[in-house]
Formats: sequence, structure tokens, C-alpha cells
Amino acid sequence: MAKKIKQKTESLFRLTGSLVIVSCLSALLLSYVYTITKAPIEQSKNQAELKAIESVIGNDFDNNPYEDRREITTADGQAKLTFFPGKKQGKIKRFAIKTYSDEAFGGRLEIIVGFTINGRIINYEVLSSKETPGLGTKVAESEFKDQFQGLSPKSESFKTNKDGGEIDAVTAATISSRAVIDAINRAYNAYDKLSTGGKNGKDD
Amino acid sequence: MEKTTKENLTRGIFKENPTLVMLLGMCPTLGVSTSAINGLGMGMATLFVLILSNIAISSIKNLIPNGVRIPCYIVVIASFVSVIDLSMSAWLPSLHAALGIYIPLIVVNCIILGRAEAFASKNNVFQSICDAIGMGIGFTMSLTILGAIREILGAGTIFGYPIFGLDANPILLFIMPPGAFIALAFMIVVFNKLREAK
Amino acid sequence: MLKLSTAPHLNTPTTTKGIMLDVIIALMPALIVGLLVFGMGALQVVITSVAGCVLFEYIICHYFLKSNPTTGDLSAIVTGLLLAFNLPSGFPIGLTLIGCFVAIVIAKMAFGGIGKNIFNPALVGRVFLFISFPVQMTTWPKPQAFNFMNTDMETGATTLGILKHLKADEFAQIPELPSYLNMFIGNVGGCIGEVSALAILLGFVYMLYRRIISWHIPVYYVGTFMLLCSIHWLLTGEIRHEPLIHLLSGGLMLGAVFMATDYTTSPMSKNGRIVYAIGCGILTYVIRFYGIYPEGVSFAILIMNAFVPLIDSTFIPRVFGTRRK
Repeated sequence: MAKKIKQKTESLFRLTGSLVIVSCLSALLLSYVYTITKAPIEQSKNQAELKAIESVIGNDFDNNPYEDRREITTADGQAKLTFFPGKKQGKIKRFAIKTYSDEAFGGRLEIIVGFTINGRIINYEVLSSKETPGLGTKVAESEFKDQFQGLSPKSESFKTNKDGGEIDAVTAATISSRAVIDAINRAYNAYDKLSTGGKNGKDD
Repeated sequence: MEKTTKENLTRGIFKENPTLVMLLGMCPTLGVSTSAINGLGMGMATLFVLILSNIAISSIKNLIPNGVRIPCYIVVIASFVSVIDLSMSAWLPSLHAALGIYIPLIVVNCIILGRAEAFASKNNVFQSICDAIGMGIGFTMSLTILGAIREILGAGTIFGYPIFGLDANPILLFIMPPGAFIALAFMIVVFNKLREAK
Repeated sequence: MLKLSTAPHLNTPTTTKGIMLDVIIALMPALIVGLLVFGMGALQVVITSVAGCVLFEYIICHYFLKSNPTTGDLSAIVTGLLLAFNLPSGFPIGLTLIGCFVAIVIAKMAFGGIGKNIFNPALVGRVFLFISFPVQMTTWPKPQAFNFMNTDMETGATTLGILKHLKADEFAQIPELPSYLNMFIGNVGGCIGEVSALAILLGFVYMLYRRIISWHIPVYYVGTFMLLCSIHWLLTGEIRHEPLIHLLSGGLMLGAVFMATDYTTSPMSKNGRIVYAIGCGILTYVIRFYGIYPEGVSFAILIMNAFVPLIDSTFIPRVFGTRRK
């Protein structure tokens, strides 16, 4: 009964007013939650990135590679990769590059790969992939990953065994295996361009 | 009075289980139940949103004019979902990453608007909390069990621990989308049998 | 498996059992070739698959539905044979049984048993196994004709697999492919029942002779695929698009003759069947040429299965006695 009377007295002013009040209260609540979660979100993101970097280049550096990051362009100049230098006493000893491949089975595959300063692979870590669970996702497991240790993408045999190289592709996931190599090559070529480009810069 | 409280608390768990009886919230049910932990996390997130929105809606129900009822409920629900989204991203980053888009999508989960409309807008705060807890636990339970079934069959692990040894052949299909439908269908069959027996 | 159609209903001695028996006879040539080419490994898969399908159907009927088991109509044996034909030789016993379970319990009995299933049970079983166990499903033992007792499992890729994994810069070289004759008689790697085009053709002719199936679906299916494939081949000139290879290797013939023609999961009217078969052909072409899998027959037929109710409601068979248009 009470409800019926209320319905009759509903005016446009009351409808708008109550929605505005509810929205304002929600906005207030959200802005409060946003301020208290902002720092932890930033921190956890920072830590996750740093952890990923450490897992591919170890922790033998005295700077913060995440804060010293910068963007580099790929060899063909089409895209940007993120470069994380691991410095010791101001000198880059090893570095990590966040790279990707679009030749994977299920869309873009993003990995972070660590190199020594002379271009040998230390390790890589899969950041995001849409590969088939149990097949393509095996490229993130150490059985496949460990093969890359110490290899240089410059070498002729930096290919899967299906393409005549020395890296054993994951069974039934040749495409995902190739995508990892493609991503690493992209990172290496970008670094290669950067290091020679840097020399040219000095000559100028 | 005692009896209704108990009734409201347990209704969502068995008699009107949101997933297995009312078939509400199918999108997160099928989407995130790839592992037991994902199912549990999604269920808990929904449980919290459900409790908060039921409290809010049952306490403002007399102040909201009927004409803008639904928009107001959605605004309330959306803000609580954003609160959960931000908090999870801050304090449970890995679970937040695993659940991805499905956290913001709690807004459009029919269970929450359904309970707001069907229960919280007609009952007092205490009974609405009871209802939210019951429904939330029912949802969490079915998602966790579904996630566990899919994880055991599809990955050979439970909560991340291998149970068949390392060289076992899991049935990969079960952690892919079709596996969600097949596993859910079998769960509903068993659940209906149990309800019949009761 | 007979559908209820418009009156008048003719009373013929044709029974489900009789039809199924004819289908089994038609499957025999392909079975024999499979056994000769792959030996014990194939025998094990066929026996497991047939026994598993019959057993699951009996269990469901007897213990769950509490009705007279329908195993006597032989349809479970046909499903078992077709499932085995779609598996590689030497496929593990346990996994074969999972395939039988999916085919009979999920794809057939859950929909109401014979005549009520939407999707071809054997194909559902195969696709389930293919997605779940991709490693085992793509481990192809090499053909070793007449070397029956040889259980040595040397494996190699299938013809379509070889073609699919060629990289762009290797198209110039002609890869090592089996000869057309070997592909025709079946001395190649592949699933047990799909290797021999000759044996499948024998089965096809037998079924036509016994009037079990009409020629429309297989001919339109293969025809559409070959047409698209030839156009593609003429435009690109690449060896991997050679139409004859695509016809003779992979599951195209097996699928077109035995899978796409399943009574329950194909349209009733002639025009409907033609539309259905053309759809299968186009989808097979798209999956084989643009998809990630080397083989597309099973997916194509299952997708078209889903369209059958729609096709049936569009192309209603002419009512007996009415004027032809």
C-alpha cells in the first residue's frame, strides 16, 4: 500500500535527485578506495616487473632496471620494445627486453628475455600467451627453456629442429616454439640496432 | 523468525543454488572455472559484492523511487565491483591477473541484480545479509567444485598440486571452453539426482 | 536411425539393423587395408573401439535408462568402427575408451539415443580426442604393408602434415611425398581407415548398389572442395595446394562417404543434402587452407551437422502425390 502512494508522488525531480545522490555517494566511495589502493597497485606492479626481470637476468645488478627502463624500436622500426638495463657501477652488464611475437598459435605471445652484454641468452619468461593449455604453454616450462641458455640468436642454428636448427621444438607445438624464437630474434635485432646505432651516434 | 533466517541462509546453497538450479551467472561460471583456485577466487569476489550490495540496497530501498530503482541498483553494484577490483589488484595481484576481465564483469552477473531485485529490495538488512551469504556460498561452492573437476581432468592437478604424477596425460579439453559445458552438464545431472533423492 | 517423414509410410523390410549391417560390410575394405598397412597396432584400436562403444551403450541402456538395450541394432558397432577409422594406429587403449565414452554417452545417448543425436557420435569422439590428446593423436606410425607382426613403432608425418608445416621459403623444393599410387591404395601414414581411397570407393559403390545412401552428399562435398582447391592451386601454383594430393590424403574421402552421409545428422531432402554437402566442402577448404590444422574434415562435418535442422526446415521434402514444381 505504501509503495503505491509513493509511486504516485514520484516527480522528475525526485527521480533525478535520488539517482544523483546515489551516484555521488558511489563516486565518493570509489575515489576513497582509489586513493588507498593506488600505492599498493603501483608497488605490486613494480615488484612483479622486477621479479620478471630478475628471473631472466639474475639479481647481479645495483640499479633498479625497472626504473631505468626505456623504449627501443625494433630493427624494422615498426614497433617499440621495453629495454631494462642491469647495471653495475653504472655500466650495463646484462639486460632484459620485453618482446613479443605475432606468429604464435593463439595470437600475441609476450615474453621477457635476458641477455648478457655480448648477446648470449640467459633465460626468458613468458609474460602472456594465448597458447593451447598443455601444448603451446609448454614453451614456458624449463624443459624447453633451458635449451636457450648461452645461445646467441646471431648463430645460424638458432632455429627449431624442424627448420634445421638445434632447438628441439615442443612436441605438437612447433608453431609456439617458433614464436618464442621469433620473439627473441626481435629483441636481439632491436638490441643489435641499438648498440651499432649508439656507436654511430658517437661518431657524429 | 528463526526459521526464516535459517531458510534464507541455506536457500542458496542447495534448494535454489544460483549456478546449478537457477542457472544464473553462467558467464563467470563457464569462463573462469579453469582451476579450483580461480573458481574459489571468483566465488569469493562475487560473495563480497553480493553481501555489500544487499546491505546497501536493503538499507536504501525505501529512499529510492521505483522509477529509477534498477539504475540505482546498478550504480551501487558497479561501485562495489570496482572496489573489489581495485582491492584485488592491490593486494592479490596474481589472482586478479588470472581472473582478468571477469572481475569487472561481476557487475552484469545476474545473481547480484537478481538478489537485489528479488530479495534485498523487499527484506530488511539482516535477512538480506543472510540471503547474500547463502547465495554467495552456493555460487562459490559450485564454482570451486567445477573448477576442481576441470583442473583434475584437464591439468592433472588440484589447487596447483599434481595428483597423477608428472607424466600423466590430462584430458586437455576440460580446461578449454567446451570442457566447461560438458563438466557443468554432468554436475547438474548429479545435482538434480541428489535433489530428487532428498 | 530412420527419421519420421511425411506420409505415406511404406512398409519395407528395411530395418535399422539391416542398414547398419550393410554399412559394416561397406566399411570392411577400408578395415582390411588398415589392418594390412598398420598391423597389430590397428587391430588393437579397432577391437577396443568397437567393444568400448557397444559396452557403453549397453551400460547406459541397461543401468541408467532401464530399457531394452539398443545394442542389437548394430549402430554402436558402426560408431565404434568409424571412431577407430579416425584414430592413428597404436593409439593407447585407455584413451580409445575415453573416445568411446564421449561418442556414445555424451554425443549419442545424452541426446536420446539412436536417431536423436545432433552430431555424428564418432566425429565428436574423434574431435574430443584430437583436442585433448594432440600428441598421441598426431603420432602416426609409418605404413608397413603386409609386415603384420611388426610392432616396431617408427613414426612419420602424414602427407597433409608435411604440406602444412612447410615454411614459406621451402615451397620451391619438392618435399618427399608418397606417390599417387601409394596414396590411392593406402600405403601411407594416417588414420587407420582413411589411408586407402580405393577401399573407401569400394564401400561407396557397395552402399550405392544397396541403396543405403544417395550419391549427392559425397559427390557434392568432394566436388565443391576440389573446385575451390583447384582454383586456389591454379592461382598460387604451390605444390602444397595440389588438388589430387588433397583428395587422396587425409580424411576427405572417409568423411564424405561414411561420416557426412549419416542418416540422423544429415538433411532429409535432396536439395537440403546438396546445400549441406556444399557447406561441408567450403568449410573443409577454409580449414585446410587458412586454418591452423592440416585436416578440416571432422570440424567441417560437425559444424554443418549443427545446421541440419535449419536446412531441413528450409528445404521441406515434396509431399508424396503433390505436383512437382
